[in-house]
Amino acid sequence: MYPSRFRYEAPHSLDEAIGLLTNGGDYAKVLAGGQSLVPLMKLRFASPELVVDINNVPGLAYHRAEPDGTLRIGALCRHADLERSQLLASTQPTLAAAAPLIADPIVRNRGTLVGSICHADPQGDWASAVLSLGGSIVAQGPGGRRSIPVAEFVTGPFQTVLEPDEIAIEATIPPAQGTRAGGYLKLERRVGDFATVGVAVSVETSGTVVTRAGIALTGVGGSTIGATEAAAALTGRPLTAESIGEAARLAADAARPRTDHRGSAEYKRHMVATFVERILGRVTEPAERAA
Amino acid sequence: MTIVYDDRGDEETQDVPVRRIRFTINGEKKIAEVEPRLLLAHLIRQGLRLTGTHTGCDTTNCGACTVLVDGTAVKSCTMLAVQADGHEIQTVEGLATASELHPLQEGFKEEHGLQCGFCTPGMMMAAKALLDRNPDPTEEDVRWALSGNLCRCTGYQNIVKSVLWAADKLRSQAG
Repeated sequence: MYPSRFRYEAPHSLDEAIGLLTNGGDYAKVLAGGQSLVPLMKLRFASPELVVDINNVPGLAYHRAEPDGTLRIGALCRHADLERSQLLASTQPTLAAAAPLIADPIVRNRGTLVGSICHADPQGDWASAVLSLGGSIVAQGPGGRRSIPVAEFVTGPFQTVLEPDEIAIEATIPPAQGTRAGGYLKLERRVGDFATVGVAVSVETSGTVVTRAGIALTGVGGSTIGATEAAAALTGRPLTAESIGEAARLAADAARPRTDHRGSAEYKRHMVATFVERILGRVTEPAERAA
Repeated sequence: MTIVYDDRGDEETQDVPVRRIRFTINGEKKIAEVEPRLLLAHLIRQGLRLTGTHTGCDTTNCGACTVLVDGTAVKSCTMLAVQADGHEIQTVEGLATASELHPLQEGFKEEHGLQCGFCTPGMMMAAKALLDRNPDPTEEDVRWALSGNLCRCTGYQNIVKSVLWAADKLRSQAG
């Protein structure tokens, strides 16, 4: 299989890339890791007239923490960079848990977190992990930059608010309000398969009280689901068996799974609750986890 | 080097976008003219006639088309050939010398790491990327590194043994 015919440009600056998109006709796509876009093009689900490859644009391969604790992940930061990141391992438990579960090791060498979120596959893992942390996408277009919370960025299956002449240049994660804990769990039939169910849970605690919580669900609806009521059930109180149980029940309620070859709707809903309990159980029992 | 495309019949030949790229494959410098939609796997197999790189699933799952780009394992069915411009590619043909097999190839022979052999080039290249980065992997490390490569014959047991065999041999050569 190969894609239908397209024009290819590989600019060396963001301005040049945005210029190409602005003047690039009706249907242009930005190519970063290509691990979703190229298969879609081969299957002719996507047939862009112009492909703007940003791999030669310098200065986009970073991930770094700002002095205030904000994490910035550039558009060319690969999954593998995040999987091996000491920074993530020490400061971002949810992202560090998700990184090794993205696709397979070879795909992780090329694919990018920002690209994955722009692809907006309901079964994409990163969108859930970043959504649970209250993260945003920074888009740059001819009129300048804007920051869009992931909660508003993804509007539906494979749909985002990104304008045709905008490039998502980085993802940002706000600083923790207290101590950050959390995780990502994914049920998959085998490595590289899409998630049957994925659950991201991020909590920030001050003393024993949860100051901020986020729960997001992968693969159990038409797009990434932010389980806001479930997260609210955790906030403003200590983590207890009761609050965890309530959050698990509300997260399962927020899921909109469909029965398919990966499992029944009932099973997937059950797994959402199980994963919420499992992640938060590990958070509350770090000693047991270490043992 | 010639690559032939289907003629859709609705375009002048000069309107078909073509780009000239420069790259290195298994140490040899090359220049190629490619249509942007040509995949790296097709450039390697049809353009360069290096048919050791296999295309299996053609959907980024099986890993049979794995090659190294600047030392990093990549599924060559999911990268455009034009993206190889300025880069260095290694395929399974680059492993052996004229007189000697690469320790990975020896390992697959010694430990019966293949049956039909279709997945083997991809397995070897994914394993090479691992051993270049981590010369002393555990069995778990090997299984993890090869989890993007499918084998329908062996059940993986002997493939893992083959890679560990090669790691031992490479370490003893280095030591």
